[in-house]
Amino acid sequence: MMSAVNMPGAGVGAAGAGATATDELFFLTADEINARVLSGDLTARQVADAFLARIDAVDPELHIFNQVTPELARTAADAIDAAIAGGADADELGPLAGVPVAFKDNMNLLGTRTTCSSRILENYESVYDCTAVRRLLDAHTIPLGKLNMDEFAFGSSTENSAFGPTKNPWDPTRVPGGSSGGSGACVAAGLATITLGSDTGGSIRQPGCFTGTVALKPTYGRVSRYGCVAFASSLDQIGPFAHTVRDAAYTLNAICGHDPHDATSVDAPAQDFAAACDLDPAGLRVAIATDMLERAGLDPRIKQGVLDAAEMLSRAGAEIVEVTLPSTDYGLSAYYIVGPAEASSNLARFDGIRYGVRATDADDVMDLYFRSRAQGFGPETIRRIMIGTYALSAGYYDAYYGQAQKARTVIKGDYDRVFAQADVLLTPTSPTTAFAIGEKSSDPLEMYLSDIFTIPINLAGVAGMSVPTTLIDGLPSSVQVICGHFNERQLFRAAAALERALDFPYASVPVATGTAGN
Amino acid sequence: MALTEADVRHVALLARLGLTDAQVAGLKTELNSILEHIDQLQHLDLDGVEPTTHAVPLTNAMRDDVVVPGLSQARALENAPEQRDGAFLIPRIVGPGGGA
Repeated sequence: MMSAVNMPGAGVGAAGAGATATDELFFLTADEINARVLSGDLTARQVADAFLARIDAVDPELHIFNQVTPELARTAADAIDAAIAGGADADELGPLAGVPVAFKDNMNLLGTRTTCSSRILENYESVYDCTAVRRLLDAHTIPLGKLNMDEFAFGSSTENSAFGPTKNPWDPTRVPGGSSGGSGACVAAGLATITLGSDTGGSIRQPGCFTGTVALKPTYGRVSRYGCVAFASSLDQIGPFAHTVRDAAYTLNAICGHDPHDATSVDAPAQDFAAACDLDPAGLRVAIATDMLERAGLDPRIKQGVLDAAEMLSRAGAEIVEVTLPSTDYGLSAYYIVGPAEASSNLARFDGIRYGVRATDADDVMDLYFRSRAQGFGPETIRRIMIGTYALSAGYYDAYYGQAQKARTVIKGDYDRVFAQADVLLTPTSPTTAFAIGEKSSDPLEMYLSDIFTIPINLAGVAGMSVPTTLIDGLPSSVQVICGHFNERQLFRAAAALERALDFPYASVPVATGTAGN
Repeated sequence: MALTEADVRHVALLARLGLTDAQVAGLKTELNSILEHIDQLQHLDLDGVEPTTHAVPLTNAMRDDVVVPGLSQARALENAPEQRDGAFLIPRIVGPGGGA
């Protein structure tokens, strides 16, 4: 266990000895940091420097960052300070001005490498900006760097990173989840206030669960995917990690909306998701899936957490509806065809010709492909490419990909049926709390099974948020709040009400200060 | 139907992955385990069900037909492993010593 413990003040009311003004920053919410910067209580530069110093102290132990960007951070911070000195007010700068952010390392940002935690892209320099990243930076945030992940987002633990695993800030012997493990761990450890991740089958929500952070996968099409290296184009979606539901809402406000660079981004009407956090939950129709709660392998304490969450919303005036989702059983199978099939196609571009690592000893161009790809990709990436290529190959297409797309229709129909009678659905996010590093890495199928509750959400294209509930044996657990297509206002309404009732102690994370031996 | 090592090698060829014998043997076991699970889909009666390619119904997304700047040649070449005269350099593919 950890020896050096630092419990910054916000939320627990007890800053460590020798605390200074900036020591208390790390677990403030985005709106609290924003208020302090806009009021002149702190400069954005002080915020940037404080977080950069904390990253230096903490990251060597937890390995959350693939790249820290002090120059980009200080340049952005100085621009914010200059704007404030020039008279810019809250209306101009917005609710995220001065807030430190960081990005999963599959999102392009000029001036940074975008590695996808893969050897094949270890030296790849971004040549344009990801739209969601650009929009968050245009909201006057402070970019601190790029975050570790499972290679090309293939995984549920961040152990598949070519650069080594990220450790869970709540217990460094455990995984932070994945594939956006760095994004969850970064917020949990107080190394940034908001991060972005991407979610293809649970890659935002499951690390959100394991790290005790609020983590949202928006409706497919809500956020542009432009500039986020594609895994499965019909499933991928970018979303935020934050300490609070309201911070996630500010972030979605900033990054959502149509983008001409992504034809699948939907021109949905502008909605204020932060305002939705203040809506009264009375009258909300809340579904619980009784069959999902009976699944083998579900920790009974996590099941109880879902029932408790429903009870809390019921006490606040919500109406509880019991539903079933019989298609859950084959969601995993459909996903492990559709996901790898699309991935095998998307990853064909990494061939050592135009970018990425090229094998040096190739005889001819075919040999160059074989060697560059086999040397550049890690074992799980090779596995997914192989499954996907097989499922798409001559003679098997109809039996696998065609059948999976039909199953997807049935799964989507299940969720349409639920959201015809309820505004939101509550399920577990993960069947267990964070598992130990190494515990599941030898059996790919067992690792896949840990995503049973999150995968159908991507297949149906609806939105889901992991909301931290309580600590179980010192590790975070969560409930997944799901809503129908483009109905995130009801999701935020429910999640914010739950958050108020739950009061999850996110600032009590026992993060070592970097000098501790673990 | 279980995959053989020859099947694994054929798929690796399609995927342009130069695998070692040890990788082929390992993948044969792993892929068969995964496919065994996935094969439950074969038992579902999905006759007449329309396939879903995208979760959100979208028709063609059109934009105005106007010229806008794209990625510059210099930017596009920035990450090239080898380049010459503004082009990506690759091993010879035709003529003496050419592969394919």
